[in-house]
Amino acid sequence: MYEKIFNKYSPEKENLIYILHDIQDANPQNFISEDAVQKVSEYLKISISHIYGVLTFYSMYSTKPRGKNVIRLCEAPPCFLKGSERILKNLCKILNVKVGGTTSDGLFTVELCACLGICGNAPVMMINEDVYGDLTDEKVEKIITEIKGRA
Amino acid sequence: MKFYRSHVLVAIDDNSLKAGVKEIETQLRIELEKNNLTDEIKVLETGGLSYFGTGVSITILPDQITYLNLKKEDLSEIVREHLLKGRVVSHLILNTTLTNKYNFNYKNRVVLENSGIINPENIEEYLGTGGYEAWEKVLTKMKPTEVVNEVKASGLRGRGGAGFPAGIKWSFTAPLRAKQKYIVVNADEGEPGTFKDRLIMEGDPHKLLEGIMIAAYAVGASKSYIYIRGEYKLCIHRLELAIKQANEYGILGKNIFGSGFDLEIEIKIGAGAYICGEETALIESMEGNRGTPRSKPPFPGVEGAWSKPTVVNNVETIANVPSIIKNGADWYNTIGAKCCRGTKVYTMMGDVKLPGLCEAEMGTSLRTIINEYGGGMREEKSFKAALVGGAAGVFLPNDMLDVKMDFSSLQEYGAVLGSGAILVMNEDADLVEMLWSIIRFFRHESCGKCNPCSNGNTVLFKLIDGIRKGKGKEADLDEMVRISEVMNKTSFCALGQSPYMPIKSAIDNFRIDFLARMK
Repeated sequence: MYEKIFNKYSPEKENLIYILHDIQDANPQNFISEDAVQKVSEYLKISISHIYGVLTFYSMYSTKPRGKNVIRLCEAPPCFLKGSERILKNLCKILNVKVGGTTSDGLFTVELCACLGICGNAPVMMINEDVYGDLTDEKVEKIITEIKGRA
Repeated sequence: MKFYRSHVLVAIDDNSLKAGVKEIETQLRIELEKNNLTDEIKVLETGGLSYFGTGVSITILPDQITYLNLKKEDLSEIVREHLLKGRVVSHLILNTTLTNKYNFNYKNRVVLENSGIINPENIEEYLGTGGYEAWEKVLTKMKPTEVVNEVKASGLRGRGGAGFPAGIKWSFTAPLRAKQKYIVVNADEGEPGTFKDRLIMEGDPHKLLEGIMIAAYAVGASKSYIYIRGEYKLCIHRLELAIKQANEYGILGKNIFGSGFDLEIEIKIGAGAYICGEETALIESMEGNRGTPRSKPPFPGVEGAWSKPTVVNNVETIANVPSIIKNGADWYNTIGAKCCRGTKVYTMMGDVKLPGLCEAEMGTSLRTIINEYGGGMREEKSFKAALVGGAAGVFLPNDMLDVKMDFSSLQEYGAVLGSGAILVMNEDADLVEMLWSIIRFFRHESCGKCNPCSNGNTVLFKLIDGIRKGKGKEADLDEMVRISEVMNKTSFCALGQSPYMPIKSAIDNFRIDFLARMK
């Protein structure tokens, strides 16, 4: 699996961020494992500590297994002004998880994130690659039910 | 060229895609077919029309009528009534203020002149508006130094926040002799409330590319990177397409127009860190490192990416360049304020009637921006404060509504123009809550490199959190100002220097909000 990703990029440090993105996207549990870090270290010939430094610095990466759907709710001031706190509370309630936690069925992980740049539609969240705006409690519930139905 | 009686512009952006624009566009084409109008009316896909929360919208030209919040079943009525019989379907237009705003907002545009009007995925349409003429002019008629001098003379200042004159930045790098120089476009838009760069790139990607080409020629860079945040999927797609098209047309690549000048443009994707908007942190991230800032000097213009001279400019700054070269610095000097020429693109949110994107001349008052472009306050509530410049911005109270929005006028009041985010709050807003949210943001985004910022933000958060929970005392307010002031003086980069501005302005102007939590 790693070979296929490595073949896309030359073994240079500047490609680290891309390689990590690809590895995480290819993992059904949306994270980067110790084994993966080891392989990347061998391929790019850079230290494991450097890779962990990068990995834990950026908010899009995770070193722990996550749900199939990663929900990232914006907590920046414009969304906050429009009630993101309440949305979060309700979201955690219907999924029965805490922030950073994964549902027992492995379907969802709830995370908070910085401004997504879609403030005109605050409050907003991203689920994997998709953006959802103008959130209300009802809308969030509907989105979750829909994704559950697809699973 | 075929003549069409009317053009229907369909706005395609993240929001409208979500709202099912593709399905509606198909329905529109079906209806046109049904009414035998396909030879008379052309459907064009454009970037977003600068309104939000409006779902799918279309604009009919030359009538300049915009229909909003469309559903599939509305199309037959619009085609039958408007396009066939010439009668406006008034119940589908939101209200007249909006139509007025449309006309008002589209006057005097520079950066956004094509956004929402042309199809951003087709280079021919950009060429049709006079696109790439400036690039041709530069390559065939101007020396690099002349380009630098023209931009210098235009008075263009950086639009990323700090407002450093772009021409002067270029002039540091241009004369250096180096094997390789770079132009890096900072599209890591992360300032809360700011999304202007996203809409510039989505609406008119070729304008950005043309600006990059001119900048690269001026400083002698043969390679350029656009560093863009990973979340901006549509931007990435459109820029990739635009680069591909420009290469196919020979506008980009090797020996462009036979001039001997080579240029390659590549997209670099970030991984989610506010700090990477700082130019040296951005360079670190591009090189595959943690995005922590470097010490300056040496400035990136001398020693930047991979230790080579690197000019880092914001998207909006670069997007101004084609118009300056095409029309000349003298023309640019007729627009805007004396200290800073041209226009500014704002993203306005919060309690205004028409939140969204607007472009106004530098020096336009905050009142005009809120009332004319923003349609005034929502629900007829009164204005309390505007947070100008994002989280790293300043809370402006009522008596500052007439302040001119430009770098120097705002500086007189200790305020900043920043990225151009305007968050408008009405009488119901609680500044304690807002400031709490801002400090929480900074605490989270501090990169951890320097002590004043990482520790300072933690202490600040503890204080504001105490006040929010009703456990604060008045002395905490002065302590917050003091700590943030020390951070402002001692932090390594702009991130740690920033909390001072929102804290000071919130506490100075709205102390009463904070005291109310201390009863």
